[in-house]
Amino acid sequence: MVAGAGPLENSAQQDYERRLIQRIQDGERDAFYELIRPYERRVYAAGLAILHNEADADDCAQEAFLKALKNIRQFRAEARFSTWLTQIAVNEALMRRRKERANLVEPIEKDGNGEGNYTPRDFADWREIPSEALERKEIREKLAEALRSLGQIYREVFVLRDMDQLSIEETAKALDISIAAVKTRLLRARLMLRDLLAPGLGGAWSSNLSFAKGTKPW
Amino acid sequence: MEQQLVFCEGDKAMVVRCEDVWREVSNYLDGEVDPGLGAAIEEHIRGCKNCTAVVDGTRNVIQIYSDGRLVDVPLGFRRRLHEKLESNISGSRRTFFGWMVATAAAVLVAGGFETARAWSFGRPGLRSAHARASSHVPPEMMVIIADKGKVFHVAGCPFIHDQSNLRTISAREAEQRGYAPCVRCMKKYLT
Repeated sequence: MVAGAGPLENSAQQDYERRLIQRIQDGERDAFYELIRPYERRVYAAGLAILHNEADADDCAQEAFLKALKNIRQFRAEARFSTWLTQIAVNEALMRRRKERANLVEPIEKDGNGEGNYTPRDFADWREIPSEALERKEIREKLAEALRSLGQIYREVFVLRDMDQLSIEETAKALDISIAAVKTRLLRARLMLRDLLAPGLGGAWSSNLSFAKGTKPW
Repeated sequence: MEQQLVFCEGDKAMVVRCEDVWREVSNYLDGEVDPGLGAAIEEHIRGCKNCTAVVDGTRNVIQIYSDGRLVDVPLGFRRRLHEKLESNISGSRRTFFGWMVATAAAVLVAGGFETARAWSFGRPGLRSAHARASSHVPPEMMVIIADKGKVFHVAGCPFIHDQSNLRTISAREAEQRGYAPCVRCMKKYLT
């Protein structure tokens, strides 16, 4: 199972955010900058996954932060701020996409929700992630390129779930699709990315990299 | 290599083939399969090289894309964002009270800069040449360090390699001692 954030981190972070939100609600709006700093990339990534255009994602993220600030009094303490903020960003991106599509004839996504079994195309060994993989620009570009190559419906589910760390239920709610559709699309997205990346990251691209402590088992 | 294994749970027999593993790998890694099916998948992948590659690779995809460094916001993003927010906030400051708050905030910010400057000059170097400093970890957050380690973690982080002499201290103290935040468990605080 893939580990998530520990309970201590969640608890301490949420307490800290609650205090910041209280300060903002009391009128100290400059505290908002501190509150949103850890989420700038996340909000931008959500917009980029849906709009597929950097300039639009930039505008969308800025509008989302502004809406969050204007509506901060409506934020309920029992919710996670990150989820609330991501939901605002996704809504903003979806609204922009609907406006764009009103003027465009979009190609219909093939394969519906991605029903039908997916057969991996490649069984290359990729046992560990090189510890310096993300330090290398060319590998970050390969990862971004692989993500861009996914169909829209797979990319947006993958980004919200695996990059923005929303739960399956939160992802379904944000995109207004069923939990089953999220799971099916997520499976396909993950397997397609594995097919694209395993041959390179399991060997060719990482031949000059050292590996994380624990060392390769072979 | 395709295998068919039968996993028995009570009086139920569960057949797990490679296709079943591929169909359930995502749910399996999210911990969303029944314990019986999970055990059957584990049993299957122990003897199937192809499915081991699929499960390992899929796990790596999830892990590598969860790293916050993958997405870079465009150049000038924060400046434009602050300008946009500031232009919307400023309307509420045009009252006398608003100006008072702004002035007080400016004094606090200036004091904060001074404190931060003084603090940073007195701060020791990072323990690792490869570590990345961060000022966004909540200073009062309790974190885990190892005496001989170089980074600090949240409790339960799977990347705590040195399990001996672990101690819990505040993030402020950890940073003052030259520890850097773990790029995995602290990724949301790294810029």
